[in-house]
Amino acid sequence: MTGPPLIEVENLRIDLDDGSRHVAAVEGVSFRIDRGETFGLVGESGCGKSITALALIGLLRRPLSIGAGVIRFEGRELQRLPAAEQRALRGNRVAMIFQEPMTALNPVSPVGRQIAEMFVLHKGKSWREANQLAIESLVSVRVPAPERRVKDYPHQLSGGMRQRVMIAIALACGPDLLIADEPTTALDVTVQAEIIELMRNLCEERGTAILMISHDLGLVANVCRRVAVMYAGRIVEERGSNDIFRACAHPYTQGLVDSLPRLGSRAALGRSRLKEIAGVVPAIADFPQGCRFNPRCARASDICRTAVPETTRLDAGGLVRCHHHA
Amino acid sequence: MKIGPSLIIGGALFALAIFVGVFAPWLAHTDPVMDANLMNAEEPPSWTWWFGTDAQGRDIYSRVVYGARISLTVGIVSQLVNSVIGTTLGLTAGYWAGWWDDFVNGLTNLMLAIPSLIFALAIMAVLGPGLTSLLIALGLTNWSFTCRIARASTLSLKSQGYVQAARVLGYGDLRIMITQLLPNMLGPIIVIATLGMGAAVLAEAALSFLGLGIRPPYPSWGSMLSEARDQITTAPWLSIFPGLAIFLTVLGLNLLGDGLRDILDPQSRSRRT
Repeated sequence: MTGPPLIEVENLRIDLDDGSRHVAAVEGVSFRIDRGETFGLVGESGCGKSITALALIGLLRRPLSIGAGVIRFEGRELQRLPAAEQRALRGNRVAMIFQEPMTALNPVSPVGRQIAEMFVLHKGKSWREANQLAIESLVSVRVPAPERRVKDYPHQLSGGMRQRVMIAIALACGPDLLIADEPTTALDVTVQAEIIELMRNLCEERGTAILMISHDLGLVANVCRRVAVMYAGRIVEERGSNDIFRACAHPYTQGLVDSLPRLGSRAALGRSRLKEIAGVVPAIADFPQGCRFNPRCARASDICRTAVPETTRLDAGGLVRCHHHA
Repeated sequence: MKIGPSLIIGGALFALAIFVGVFAPWLAHTDPVMDANLMNAEEPPSWTWWFGTDAQGRDIYSRVVYGARISLTVGIVSQLVNSVIGTTLGLTAGYWAGWWDDFVNGLTNLMLAIPSLIFALAIMAVLGPGLTSLLIALGLTNWSFTCRIARASTLSLKSQGYVQAARVLGYGDLRIMITQLLPNMLGPIIVIATLGMGAAVLAEAALSFLGLGIRPPYPSWGSMLSEARDQITTAPWLSIFPGLAIFLTVLGLNLLGDGLRDILDPQSRSRRT
């Protein structure tokens, strides 16, 4: 398929300005997602993945703002669109599901109404039609007894059910891009798998692209075709998800992979401690000079402490931002 | 749904007051204004005169019954005006922040700094006594508390996941305010409104007592108390019955407010099975 990619981010910088200090929380972030593609954004808490997602839907609020860079949705520059048009995109063409299904639903409104509202808001349906469509949406996310469930309030549903309702709301208008911000972190492991499976199937059927944000490298690599690893506001490596475990180029990605527990490794290697990455993520205000990973990096040399590494294209495919990449 | 005793008692008292006000012409024995008869002046309570009569020989029972109309109209209408003003200002101020928030905050502080009864007195002095001026005076002076509550609720609700989610899903500002914020703060606002109604009934009584509210000969509970104060030792029933009416209505409204607070919490709504 030709034409512009669904969403394209170029050199995005997000500024944090709380009056007294002015720092870049996210810097030089570029990536693109094609129609129907699955793309993952991985990183520790506070590395800037969630605010990058907020920037994509034009919802950064003070003290955060887009400092530089371009975000294009189907070739159109998002920042240049009038507010009303941006709003019409949200929920209709780009939807989002959140980490906490407990708090992402309005507690005083029946869930059916919350789904139906999407049809009224974006598709101009009457409430009668919308209520009918809401029931169908619940059927598609496999909620049992949907005719009765539409009248339930969020607190009457279990966590997994609520996340299903969230998915129903997000996919109600058939968006082109679904942003999933830690969609299963708050759920039981068994429910996690069901929800991920459901999300993936529904998006595949409808050709919806997924931007999945998570700290869980294993989960993201499982769902997404391509994965970008973020560290301290920069994308440090972008690879096909098949390659990332086998041959990661950036020492940070290597650290993430090594810190994953492997089933059966105890039998093979004997009882050993899980590897960890020494040190902690620096606070936004005191990001180190040069490569931001240098204080924690085993391969760090003098150049890492002075010069910001450029993005290099790897022969094996993918991008890496490191002076000493593998 | 857990219906506590305070809700039942409060609701019953308030319902009784409404009932009496609505059906006053059928419940009253005599016309509260015209049926003066000096032959029965200052009769103590008896089978004929349930609550006694005043110095002009008017039936106190009938006057209390008709007085309910005025007291409740003032209480309900003025508090409704207060709730609408307070909620609108508080909600928009909390939501939009910036200069509008500063302005509303300043206005609220100003209103809180001036004792509302004094402010109402000043408005009454300008507009002159009467029901309409009472409604205006009390309706414009007691919204600051509602405004504070609405603003504080907005500030805390604004960061809730579902409000953020609504924004992400393309809801406009007005839709977020009406569908997401307002329903979630309605509980405390309704509680404040019922308490405020009680306060408005008292304020009406106070203003009428001071001669600035309802003018004699029309009966309101406050004006009746005002007229009765000279005879409080010789004819105590003149003060006791309107006083009791005020007391029971305000008590009912306060209990109702408490009871409503308990059930308006959506967590306590029953689980449908």
